[in-house]
Amino acid sequence: MTTTSPTKTVPDLAPAPLPASADKGGGRFKLGAGQHLKGGPFTYAALIVVGLGSVFPLYWTLVAASHDQQRVLDSPPPFLPGGRLWSNLQAAWDQAHLGKAIVNSFIVAGCITAATLFFCTLAGYAFAKMRFRGRGALMTAVIATLTIPPQLSVVPLFMMMADIGWGGQLESVIFPTLVGAFGVFFMRQYLLEALPYELIEAAKVDGATNIRIVWNVVLPAARPAMMVLGMLTFVQAWNDFFWPFLALNQDNPTLQVALGQLSASYTPDQSIVMAGALISALPLLLVFVVFGKQIVGGIMAGAVKG
Amino acid sequence: MATTTPTRGAHTPPPGGSGVTSNGPSAWRTRLWRLDDKASPYAYIAPFFLIFGAFGLYPLLYTGWIALHRVEMTGLDQSEWVGWDNFAKILQDSEFWTAVTNTFVIGVISTVPQLLVALGLAHLLNYKLRASTFWRTVILTPYATSVATAALVFALVFRPDGGLLNWVLHFVGFGDTDWGDGEWTSKIAISVIVIWRWTGYNALIYLAAMQAVPTDLYEAASIDGATRWQQFRKVTIPSLRPTILFTIVISTIGSMQLFGEPLLLQGGTIGAVGGSEHQYETLSIYLFNYGWKLGHLGPAAAVAWAMLVLLLLIALINWIVGRFVRKSAA
Repeated sequence: MTTTSPTKTVPDLAPAPLPASADKGGGRFKLGAGQHLKGGPFTYAALIVVGLGSVFPLYWTLVAASHDQQRVLDSPPPFLPGGRLWSNLQAAWDQAHLGKAIVNSFIVAGCITAATLFFCTLAGYAFAKMRFRGRGALMTAVIATLTIPPQLSVVPLFMMMADIGWGGQLESVIFPTLVGAFGVFFMRQYLLEALPYELIEAAKVDGATNIRIVWNVVLPAARPAMMVLGMLTFVQAWNDFFWPFLALNQDNPTLQVALGQLSASYTPDQSIVMAGALISALPLLLVFVVFGKQIVGGIMAGAVKG
Repeated sequence: MATTTPTRGAHTPPPGGSGVTSNGPSAWRTRLWRLDDKASPYAYIAPFFLIFGAFGLYPLLYTGWIALHRVEMTGLDQSEWVGWDNFAKILQDSEFWTAVTNTFVIGVISTVPQLLVALGLAHLLNYKLRASTFWRTVILTPYATSVATAALVFALVFRPDGGLLNWVLHFVGFGDTDWGDGEWTSKIAISVIVIWRWTGYNALIYLAAMQAVPTDLYEAASIDGATRWQQFRKVTIPSLRPTILFTIVISTIGSMQLFGEPLLLQGGTIGAVGGSEHQYETLSIYLFNYGWKLGHLGPAAAVAWAMLVLLLLIALINWIVGRFVRKSAA
C-alpha cells in the first residue's frame, strides 16, 4: 500500500493529469525541454508548411463539393469554392439517406459518449482511489485489452448480433463500445492527481455512502477530465468505420457508413461524394474550432504511457 | 500510514438513525457499511469487464470455434465441423499471402515516415512559439477527420484522370501516373492517407513526453558545449525511448487494421478486393471480402486468428529489438 498521499494542495481546475513518464524526471512542473529556446524563422516556415498540408485536404473537400464534377477534374483544377455547393449537398442528401444517417450518427456517438463518461469515471475512481484486492492486476488487464484489434472478433460479433435481434440495428454498434479501456486509464490518471484523499475521508466521516461520495465528491472533481474524454470519445465514435460498415446496412447507416456506400455506387459523381464528405466532417470541425485547445491538452495528458 | 482511513464501522452512525436505541440496528448498519466498502470498487469496475467480456473476450474465443467450422452468411445458425480446413484454405490461397505482404509493406512505409516526421514536428513545437496552441490544433485537424472522408478526398487527389496530384507533378515533368493501379504507387497513396491522419497526433504525444524531460539535462549538455542537434540526439531521443516504443506498438496495431483507406481509394467493387490485382489488399480487406462479400465466415474467422498470430510475432520482434536497444545503450 502506498503511504505517501500524493496530494498536497490541489487546485480545482488546473491539474492536468501528468504523463506517467514525468515521474522519473524529478521536478514535475518544470518548463519543458526546449521551451527556453525561441523558435526561429525556419521553425515557423516549417510549421506553416505542415499546417497547410494538414488543412488543405479539408479545404479541397469544400472546393470539390462546390463545383460540378467536370470542373473539379479540369486542368488546371479550381482552387476557390464555386457556386454549386447547395445543389451538391442536396443531391448527396437525397442519394444516401443522409438525413437518417446524421440522426443515427448523433444517437450512436451520443449514447457511447454518455455511457463512456459515466462508467469510465466510476472505474477510473475505483482504480485511482479505492483499495481492493486485485487492483493492480485488474488495471493491467484493462490496459492489455487496448492491444486487441476489433478485427479479431467481428465475425462472431456479427453472428451474435443477428442472433439477439440486433442485426443491422444501432444497438449492435453502440453496445460493444460502451466503456473503453482508454477512458478508464485516462480518468484514473486524472483522479490520481486531482482528487485528494482528504475529501473522500471527510465525506466518510460524515457518514456518506460510497455512491454518495461518487456523486458529491468524485464527479465534481472529475468534471474537467470528463469534458476532454467526452470530446475524444465523441470524435472516435462519430468517425468509427470498420465495425459499423460491417454491422449496418444501407437502410439504417451512420454517416460514415453512408459515405462509404455513396462512393461504392456504380459511377459516383465526385462532387456529390465530396459534399457528403463535407457533411460528415463539418460537425467535428466545429467542435475542433471551439474546443481545440482542450482536445490538444487531453491527448497530450492522456496518451503518454511510459 | 500517514493518515488513518476512518472506517465508518468504527464511527457512531450519523445522528437521526439509531442514537440511543439498542445496538441491533446499528450492528446491522455497520455490516451494511462494510459491505458497501468491500463491494463498491468491484461494482464500479464491473461495467468495463462485463462489456469487454461479452463483446471482446467471448467473441475472441468464439472466433476460434468458428474458424474450425463451416458457417455461411446465408445460414448463420447452421454450422458444421471441418477441422483445420479453413486454415488450409487460406494458407494455400496466394491472395492471403499477398494480403500479408501488403499489410506489412504498407505498415512499414506508413509508420516509419510518420513517426520520424512526428518526432521532428514535436521538436519544433517544443520551442517557445507564438500562438503555440494554434499550431497544435492545426496539426491535429486530420485526426478529427474520419477515415471515410480522408480516403475519399485523397482518392480524388490521386485520381489518374484530372487528379490534383498528377496536375501538380506535370510541372516537374512527370507524365500521368495511375496511382491506384500501380503495385507501389497504390501502396504509397494509402500510406499518404495514413501519414496525413496520424502524424499530428503522434507529434503531440512526443511533445508531451519532451516537456517532461527535466531542463537540467539540457543545461548540463549545453554547458558541456553540445549543439542543439547533439542535445536532440543525446538527451531528447534517449529520454523519449519508452514513448517511442509505445507509439511504435500503437501504430503497428493500427496498420494491421487498415481497412477504410484501401476500401475507398478506388472504391466500388475494385476497392472491396484491394485493387484489380489485389495490389493494395490488406488483411482486413481480405477478411471482409471472404466473410461479407463471398459469405464464408469460417475462413474469415481463420484470417482473424492469423492476424492474432502475426500480432504476437510482431510483439515478439518488438520485445527482442527493445531488449537489444536497451542492452546496447547500457
